[in-house]
Amino acid sequence: MTGGAGDGPLAVIGAGVMGAGITALALGHGVPVRLLDVDPDKLAAAPGDIRAHLRQAQLMGVLPPGVAPGELTTAASLEGVEGATAVIEAVTEHLKTKVELHCAIADAAAPGTLRITNTSSIPVAELAEVVPRPQDLVGVHFMNPPSLIKTIEVIRGPQTGDAALAAVRALAQRLGRRPIVVADGPGFVTSLLLHRMINAAADIVEQGRATVADVDALLEGCLGHPTGPLRTADLIGIDNLVDSLRVLHERTGDAGCSPSPLLLRKVAEGDYGRKTGRGFYEYAAR
Amino acid sequence: MPESASERLSAAGIEHRLHEFLVERTKTEWEPGQDLFASGVVSSLFAMELVVFVEKAFDVVVEREDLAMDNFRTISAMTDLVLRLRKAADA
Ligand SMILES: NC(=O)c1ccc[n+]([C@@H]2O[C@H](COP(=O)([O-])OP(=O)(O)OC[C@H]3O[C@@H](n4cnc5c(N)ncnc54)[C@H](O)[C@@H]3O)[C@@H](O)[C@H]2O)c1
Repeated sequence: MTGGAGDGPLAVIGAGVMGAGITALALGHGVPVRLLDVDPDKLAAAPGDIRAHLRQAQLMGVLPPGVAPGELTTAASLEGVEGATAVIEAVTEHLKTKVELHCAIADAAAPGTLRITNTSSIPVAELAEVVPRPQDLVGVHFMNPPSLIKTIEVIRGPQTGDAALAAVRALAQRLGRRPIVVADGPGFVTSLLLHRMINAAADIVEQGRATVADVDALLEGCLGHPTGPLRTADLIGIDNLVDSLRVLHERTGDAGCSPSPLLLRKVAEGDYGRKTGRGFYEYAAR
Repeated sequence: MPESASERLSAAGIEHRLHEFLVERTKTEWEPGQDLFASGVVSSLFAMELVVFVEKAFDVVVEREDLAMDNFRTISAMTDLVLRLRKAADA
């Protein structure tokens, strides 16, 4: 059975934007986390990033009251993963990286352990085709910042088992999230719609038809988008956005998903958004 | 280095510094009692930047129950918070 011990620790793999955010969400709900990354600098920065996420959650009043925070441990390898209730992969959006990692996770984790990919755009089926025990693998698309976004997009791959899906629902409840289950496919529902829109917004700016601030102000003011597409790009990380657009473009052939030259320039210049202090906007250091 | 009590800004000085920061970051004018978050100009993500600014600019630490939106909702509320935290630190 998938995910037997419902109250055990989580293993989160990848300590970047999402790995840190998901870890903070879990810790804030009293769930212990073992966080792994291959990059020692990322691992060293993670506790500070996680603390900032937790402070933000506290500020916004979204932490469950009276819950003692879960304990954080960090590691540079998959050692310790075997004890986890669920393993959440949140590494760079590259198919090859994810395939290799998911094979290693499947070897390290006990059969029946829920295995999650937080991919934005890669179909779960592409991982399931090659990894052992694909019935334990599910896509769970947490969004940034995970503590502030209550809904999660759950992607059922063609081989995902009922037990794994039930384990995802139990995990969602433990983390106070509302799961919405959708079928597999490039970009699922949210990235296919959102990434294409952000790309179009970047093209509009590139063509000189509106400023960055005006595009966001129109989407916010007229259409009720909470942050505007370009501020959202900064929040996602423009490097990750471009990786995801490439994944979408390769699989759908949709020209609207071919990364805008403006996005490519920002990546080349190292202006990834919030995480580097500058993207479409400037950010003060945390 | 902790500033000495005499070097510290008065309530008016704190308000002024907060106002300056907000106008610079939001490109919008703010009244001391105006709700920053009601307008939609100041997003909940910017609220965290505001917390960090307050801590650095006025050498205070905002923790636990003080870390609440109501303390950052207006320039006046932030000024009160800074004065209260300083008083507590001195006690
Ligand atoms: N940024 C967002 O808003 C967002 C939202 C939803 C989903 N996602 C998805 O989440 C995943 C992570 O995105 P991110 O924005 O956090 O990226 P990121 O670049 O901030 O972090 C990725 C991390 O993965 C680490 N990593 C790479 N290969 C690894 C390996 N083999 N083992 C362990 N760690 C490894 C890197 O060192 C890095 O710290 C991607 O699949 C992305 O598409 C991102």
